[in-house]
Amino acid sequence: MNGPVPVEVLRQHLIDPEICIRCNTCEETCPIDAITHDENNYVVRADTCNGCMACISPCPTGAIDNWRDVLKAEAYPVDEQLTWDELPVQDDALAGQGSIGEAAQGAQGASSGGAGAGTNGMTAESSAPVIGGSDLVRGSVVPPWSAAKPYVNLYNHKAPVQASVVGNYRVTDASTESDIHHIVLDFGKQPFPVLEGQSIGIIPPGTTADGRAHHARQYSIASPRDGERPGYNNLALTVKRVTKDHQGQAVGGVCSNYLCDLKKGDVVNVMGPFGSTFLMPNHADSHLLMICTGTGAAPMRAMTEYRRRRRMKGATGKLMLFFGARTQGELPYFGPLLNLPKDFIDTNLAFSRTPGQPRRYVQDAMRERAADVAALLRHDHTYIYVCGLKGMEDGVLQVLQTIAGEAGLDWQTLWQRMKTEGRLHLETY
Amino acid sequence: MTSINYSEKIPNNVNLSDDRTLQRALEQWQPNFLSWWGDMGPEGSHGFDVYLRTAVSVDPSGWAHFDHVKMPDYRWGIFLTPGEADRKIHFGEHKGEAAWQDVPGEHRANLRRIIVTQGDTEPASVEQQRHLGLTAPSMYDLRNLFQVNVEEGRHLWAMVYLLHRYFGRDGREEAEALLGRRSGDDDNPRILGAFNEKTPDWLAFYMFTYFTDRDGKFQLSALAESGFDPLARTTKFMLTEEAHHMFVGESGVSRVIARTAQVMNELKTDDVSKLRAAGVIDLPTIQRYINFHYSVTIDLFGADQSSNAAIFYSSGLKGRYEESKRDDDHQLNGQMYRLLDVDNGKLVEREVPMLNAMNEVLRDDYIKDSVAGVNRWNKVLEKAGIDLRLTVPHKAFNRQIGTFAGVRVSPDGRVVSEAEWAAHEREWLPSSEDRAYVASLMGRVTEPGKFANWIAPPPLGINRQPIDFEYVRFN
Repeated sequence: MNGPVPVEVLRQHLIDPEICIRCNTCEETCPIDAITHDENNYVVRADTCNGCMACISPCPTGAIDNWRDVLKAEAYPVDEQLTWDELPVQDDALAGQGSIGEAAQGAQGASSGGAGAGTNGMTAESSAPVIGGSDLVRGSVVPPWSAAKPYVNLYNHKAPVQASVVGNYRVTDASTESDIHHIVLDFGKQPFPVLEGQSIGIIPPGTTADGRAHHARQYSIASPRDGERPGYNNLALTVKRVTKDHQGQAVGGVCSNYLCDLKKGDVVNVMGPFGSTFLMPNHADSHLLMICTGTGAAPMRAMTEYRRRRRMKGATGKLMLFFGARTQGELPYFGPLLNLPKDFIDTNLAFSRTPGQPRRYVQDAMRERAADVAALLRHDHTYIYVCGLKGMEDGVLQVLQTIAGEAGLDWQTLWQRMKTEGRLHLETY
Repeated sequence: MTSINYSEKIPNNVNLSDDRTLQRALEQWQPNFLSWWGDMGPEGSHGFDVYLRTAVSVDPSGWAHFDHVKMPDYRWGIFLTPGEADRKIHFGEHKGEAAWQDVPGEHRANLRRIIVTQGDTEPASVEQQRHLGLTAPSMYDLRNLFQVNVEEGRHLWAMVYLLHRYFGRDGREEAEALLGRRSGDDDNPRILGAFNEKTPDWLAFYMFTYFTDRDGKFQLSALAESGFDPLARTTKFMLTEEAHHMFVGESGVSRVIARTAQVMNELKTDDVSKLRAAGVIDLPTIQRYINFHYSVTIDLFGADQSSNAAIFYSSGLKGRYEESKRDDDHQLNGQMYRLLDVDNGKLVEREVPMLNAMNEVLRDDYIKDSVAGVNRWNKVLEKAGIDLRLTVPHKAFNRQIGTFAGVRVSPDGRVVSEAEWAAHEREWLPSSEDRAYVASLMGRVTEPGKFANWIAPPPLGINRQPIDFEYVRFN
């Protein structure tokens, strides 16, 4: 019988020869000798690299943090890489489907994709199809021990699933520049099982200027596992309309504008689900310390909502949220958030651009609540989730270190332990 | 032990608190270091919050921690890569013996000399660069300069630790003297010539970090092979930091070239006066800077024949670059090496025992590495459709040390008369007019995301931050 042949897509680790200065740091750092060089280039052996990321942060140039999704059978061999003057372009048909290294490949369909998907561009409209996973070094690469088992990669670029739009409304104040939408997608009878913290890929219709299909963009799910509307096969996304890039230049985000303009009943092509590490613990006494900005709130909303619905079923763990935005009007879900009972979630907001007020970031709010954060840090069942713009990551880790230090905890040891225990999850973009 | 203890006055991963005498000695040296940093560190910048990379442990996950820090609060300290159990000396006469955890009496003087010479280069480059912050072409570059500076400071700490820990009173005196010498000082200069040269402008700084910090890479790599284990471990960790310095140089020059090429294409000209009028650095000037920095730097490897270098190698103190990856006997008895010499007004090759040519062996490895990077700069020109190619000059050009000291050799490798040298010197080496022109372009740009006209923005920000990130906060 001829069944469909599973095609393994590898997220291949490559080094950008245009940026690399051939300093040898990566080869020196790699614990399993996956990196080698000749007089021309430094290259990564696809059959050896296991995506441990040890080489990523020591690289002084950033050249090391490059990834291409390729058919495993067609991975770029070392000999070819040694001749490169520049990196090959990503094949759009495969973008976003790869999983890293041998370790992930063995479990395709169950736990693969997490390492890559976990750090992908969330709601960011990245022009690069694949963003590397360098942050993994600083956070956990394993899920909490009590997390439910996720499904990943059920649908890909070649065989997406169709969802229809059943809701689309703005969740930021109409007077603000920040246009963030809450979009609900329904999958009808098509199976699409998800967990809080996972993400999905959206394939925008149409083609790029040079006639190629758009690659998919990844968005975190903002609803709990049993649906935005409980008992229905649906989920929610939090999408910010992108009108400027990181440099402040005017750009029209291809996918965000497509999503924000959708009408009820429109049909959307979806890939995924993705992500197998940024997941919530399921044991009742686990505490969640959630730190986010802007649309980074999506996974936090999913987890919070799940806990709220389960509240009557014995969940005793504490929820503490630090949520930052430029102004109150730009904070998605501001109203509903304030309506949550104080004894259910300890919410702390920080606004960086309130007129007439000093700038306040999530780190400032955390510092003010140092004693309570420290109490959570002391607890072995505390799980930390950070999601938002890349820039917040250093600041959050720094303030955690300060708070831990003041509380007499050795942050380096605690950090290491939380990472290996699946208790520190970072997802920045 | 890989984590670094930051609760100590001197951050370290060598259990400093268990050795009270050493701790006290270093605590006495520390205020002198801070006072030197105050006097000779980056000028007028002690209050800035700089986005710096600091090691929090010496393993891959922890040694690149980024945050805004004021430079005087940078956590200078003593970081060694973890020791290897049962490490063996793998070259020279002691090959196969256990690596030394303490200084062997007979090699004490030589080891001290090696460490002092290396240590002296670290504060020297900070002194050479101290005024550059006032003319940084962008906030991104300013941050990179400061990162280089604080790491040079830490490298000084690394060498001073070895002097204090293993060389008793002599070591303490040498450590004091490291803070006493001054780059370019007539009475008390730094030990090596290149470290007494000026780094007057940012093009010179990029050339310095490309060429001269690459000398650091090769010297440290050779020392990382040392049979004296603490030196090997110290320099190994320094190498991980050194890579950033070379990055600053390589990408800096590359960006200067990219900007020049862009303007050449816009104006459709290679006329130097038109390009200078447009405020970019013409390629012939860049070539002259290369000629100068390259020739000065290859002198740093020492005389082409050296009995000291032979002793350092055979006694297991200083290996070759990537010693363990070479497949010879690692003792080099009876092996020969070809050296350049001058005979009857011509350059000729002759063979000498390899042991006596160890400086030349390291220099040749360095040259190969340097040339590869210059070829990468040429790719920028190639991509822009410009025909001119940059090159490194001949090895014998403009040398002050070894066989070629005092011999006039052109960049293409001809021995020339004094008259021909004088006639062409302005084409071959930066003239005072070149330097004055480059200096005229220097002006501080501090707005996030903005760059001086003579240099292109980098392709990537530091630590994947955006280009317009606030790398330095001035208040």
